[in-house]
Amino acid sequence: MKTVSAPYQFKGGIHPDYHKELAWKSAIERMPNPSELTVPMSQHLGAPAKVCVSPGDAVKKGSLIGEQNGFISASVHAPVSGTVKAVVQSCSATGRSCQAVVIESMDDGETEYFEPIVEWLHTHKERLRNRIGEAGIAGMGGAGFPTRVKLSPPHDKPIDTVILNGAECEPYLTSDYRVMLEHADKICIGAEIIQHILGAKTVRIAIEDNKPDAVRAMEKACAQERQGIEIDILPTGYPQGSEKQQIYNITGREVPRGGLPMDVGCVVENVGTSLAIYEAVVHGQPLIERVITVTGEAVERPANLLVPFGTSYRKLVEHCGGVRESVAKVISGGPMMGFAVGSLEIPTGKTTSGLVLLPSGCIQQFSSQACIGCGRCVDACPMGLVPSELSQFIEADDIEGAERIALMDCIECGSCAFVCPAHRPLVQHMRRGKTGVMARRAAADAQTRK
Amino acid sequence: MKPENTSERFIVSSSPHIHEGSSVERIMLDVLIALTPALAAACYFFGFDALRLTAVCTATSIATEWLCRVMMRRNRSIGDLSAAVTGVLLALNLPPSLPTWMAVLGSIFAIGICKQIFGGLGYNVFNPALAARAFLLISFTGMMTSWSDSDWSATLTLNEGVIDIATGATPLGAIKDAVKAGREIPGFTLAGVARLFIGDTNGCLGETSVFALLIGAAYLLYRRVITWHIPAAYTATVVIFATVLYCVNPQTSVMPHIHLLSGGLVLGAFFMATDMVTSPVTKRGMLIFGVGCGVVTMVIRTVKTGAYPEGVSFAILFMNALTPLINRGCRNRVFGAKS
Repeated sequence: MKTVSAPYQFKGGIHPDYHKELAWKSAIERMPNPSELTVPMSQHLGAPAKVCVSPGDAVKKGSLIGEQNGFISASVHAPVSGTVKAVVQSCSATGRSCQAVVIESMDDGETEYFEPIVEWLHTHKERLRNRIGEAGIAGMGGAGFPTRVKLSPPHDKPIDTVILNGAECEPYLTSDYRVMLEHADKICIGAEIIQHILGAKTVRIAIEDNKPDAVRAMEKACAQERQGIEIDILPTGYPQGSEKQQIYNITGREVPRGGLPMDVGCVVENVGTSLAIYEAVVHGQPLIERVITVTGEAVERPANLLVPFGTSYRKLVEHCGGVRESVAKVISGGPMMGFAVGSLEIPTGKTTSGLVLLPSGCIQQFSSQACIGCGRCVDACPMGLVPSELSQFIEADDIEGAERIALMDCIECGSCAFVCPAHRPLVQHMRRGKTGVMARRAAADAQTRK
Repeated sequence: MKPENTSERFIVSSSPHIHEGSSVERIMLDVLIALTPALAAACYFFGFDALRLTAVCTATSIATEWLCRVMMRRNRSIGDLSAAVTGVLLALNLPPSLPTWMAVLGSIFAIGICKQIFGGLGYNVFNPALAARAFLLISFTGMMTSWSDSDWSATLTLNEGVIDIATGATPLGAIKDAVKAGREIPGFTLAGVARLFIGDTNGCLGETSVFALLIGAAYLLYRRVITWHIPAAYTATVVIFATVLYCVNPQTSVMPHIHLLSGGLVLGAFFMATDMVTSPVTKRGMLIFGVGCGVVTMVIRTVKTGAYPEGVSFAILFMNALTPLINRGCRNRVFGAKS
């Protein structure tokens, strides 16, 4: 085990105010089970799970309530014991409409977990992969890509490096930080399980240098005769947590355009995902809860809560003492890439890393102006794009032109819009352009299939 | 307060939800702040004329901007301060004795023709202040090249009889005249160089005091309104060009530092060529832009048969026209692209 400074540094990025001090001292606290939960079937990237319970069914904590539906999908389990009250149409944390199972909770202390696999090191990799799949684990950094798929690279793409993402570069959020501080041992074991499954030579744990105590906690946990684990300290900055940028910082390898981390022998997993893998393998617990940071200047008592999925945002806010002033914006996730939501009646899910409530004094609303060509977005873009030009193409509805100058390489990190003095909605433009490209590609596909 | 007591109307908008706080107005305000030392120097050396032209140009620019927006039925834009910046920059690019009505005409041309006809801030191809200066220079060559009688030429090491010619000319003008007439090139004493640096010489209002301009430039760099790329590439190119020329032909060339300190080079390199709208967006593009400005400036300054002793404005305007091409050719390498 050794600690090093990440040897490379991607070009671009920004330095926002972090506001992490609001919640970082709050130890993880278990949220009491609400009387009713609405568990969405879509808490991950890919096809929503298929509901496999009916109203009236009794479920235990950990019972399967939604079956994985296709290759890129993840199963969903009951976060609490109780009775299925209804199957309704609800929406996921990302605003996507999907089915949801409403459970009336009942604290009977009963669970329906999988059989623990304590001797995981001597267990067949396929069994471990299946466990991760049946436990419904999806990337907990925000994208929610099903972890089983990520851990099943094709044979011609050998993985030599597992990167554990503990950068948490989003302002305000502290859930990964608290998880590293309080569950370092479990994260390390989770990382070793991933390493074992992939047959990777090394594990690199990436942490920004504004979290020295997280570094120390991970160092202490990893020190025990663990081979091939290395902690890489990243300079604080945004987007250090972005997969492609992190791989570059640590290994010097660039994921090719349109490619995946496995193309350069890497797999990146969030530290929270690693913890979930540990729980699923060693304790047989499916993914039914996660740590969520409830923070922002408008929250009475910012906290890091361990929350069963399906708890509504309103319950989280109430648990944190309500709001201290009128809330102007509620963000699911961090303020750079999170979603502004219109209601507190949205259920939490596997990708809900935080809930940020901002009063009107902490948000800015602008009317956008014409681009003045200052080039600050160009300097800020970690992907080497020219956001100003892309946005002008898209404004002029020249989607093909935008595609030619690498629109699809945009990772929507928001660095460009953060620095734009003309307050142009650059990320919004990129999304609109990308939607246009996808629609055109789908139409072309349909054409060739005819 | 319980959440249900609050009015639950949240703002829903695209990410990112935070902003660093920069704005176009702040950038323009910074440029105005950065121009105050040069403006103060102009007032000191040229007196009332400096105030007269600055006031006239700024007021006319703002009024023209307002009128154009009203006529075009577009949202008002004088609040972004860009019209004020153009007005001050134009004034600083005019000779002190220019009649007021010419300054008014120049300002109307700058805002109306060079900026608003293209769609306003962000859409103009050429730097409005420089385009207006070029317009005035071509239309009223006499008035645009008549200078006050500064006694700066007393510091030149010149033969008797040449001084007369130097009186009423700019340093670059005197040099060009000497070259054209096949006379000996005037040399500069140390005191003469010092006066060029301080600004006690003939020239446009804002271009003479290199000292005052550098204070403003330092402020712009500190505030990150400009980066070093364009000014460094520009001035370095001029120095290299002048050095080579001086080494090859010392009889008809002046030392590189004279080129650096005279004419509108410092004003141009730090305040005009760095205009965001009309210069490239990538760093590589900025370097090419700066080098181009330097080469064209020196070609205009040193070509013997050329009409103009000074080439900064035309050089920058020429490179403004190339900016879209430079932008197109100088995109950064996309992350993950094969190099």
